[in-house]
Amino acid sequence: MHIAEGFLPAPHAIGWTVAAAPFVVHGARAVVREVREHPESTLLLGAAGAFTFVLSAIKLPSVTGSSSHPTGTGAGAVLFRPPVMALLGTVVLLFQALLLAHGGLTTLGANAFAFAVVGPWAGYGAYRLARALGAGLLPGVFVALALADLATYVTTSLQLALAFPDASSGFAGAVVKFLGVFALTQVPLALAEGLLGVLLFRVLTTSARPELERLGLLAPEPAEERG
Amino acid sequence: MTRRRLVTALLVLAVLALVTLPLALGGGEAGYAGTDGQATAAIEESGYTPWFESVFSPSSAEVESGLFALQAAIGGGVLGYVLGRLRGRRAAPRDAGRTEDAGP
Repeated sequence: MHIAEGFLPAPHAIGWTVAAAPFVVHGARAVVREVREHPESTLLLGAAGAFTFVLSAIKLPSVTGSSSHPTGTGAGAVLFRPPVMALLGTVVLLFQALLLAHGGLTTLGANAFAFAVVGPWAGYGAYRLARALGAGLLPGVFVALALADLATYVTTSLQLALAFPDASSGFAGAVVKFLGVFALTQVPLALAEGLLGVLLFRVLTTSARPELERLGLLAPEPAEERG
Repeated sequence: MTRRRLVTALLVLAVLALVTLPLALGGGEAGYAGTDGQATAAIEESGYTPWFESVFSPSSAEVESGLFALQAAIGGGVLGYVLGRLRGRRAAPRDAGRTEDAGP
């Protein structure tokens, strides 16, 4: 999902930067507020950031014969709501743009919008919907992580199609072309990411139960035991 | 607890299957090129030339994969530290009770 450095025309690069900036600033304030009001959250915030740091570094093979990497942004979105991930995700992208020549500074806005804004919100939306429909925490986590992953790549496809519409078939043709590159490859990886999220939250439900209760992910202990 | 362990093992197996089956099915024919690279190739085909270069590029594929490994190591290290602390915190009251009995 990393649009390479210089691969968006300047107006697009500026436009996406302007679009992503308020989310990142709001996210930075959300992180500061969370740490100030709940210092005990710092550990879990670190876990959320570390999770996306690991997953976005690992490129995995997929059924289409190409490889891609998961995003890991859904975990933090479920734990702390999406704004927090707008900052953490952008930090990851900045690291990759500066040290790995992966993504770029001119495309940071567009990549942050896909990876750190749309992904986390899509995942969080899926989580809330799943919980509202009566799903437990773990199924909710699964759909959240898988959808955050997939939504990020769909967004990248749309961004590229917008910048590079096909000569004959226009925007729609370009959407199909870029979705062909990104989306199908991502499906098994998104499922794998969802399962990894379930593994992570299985550990958290036993080890970080007080935090999950305070964050509203789990009902307080006695009610949970009876249910 | 055994049922819990079984579920954990199955989850790990499913994750492994999802990333290794494509390799097995592909039979080594596919190149497994990165999708990011495929997208930039498709864009360059249309005659576009990037207007900005990365401020720093790893000088070889080896250096690049090393830096990616570093990123994963930092993330894995922090994640392991947090999960270890959380687990230790849960086990601490029990251990404290035990060492008090055995203490001088």
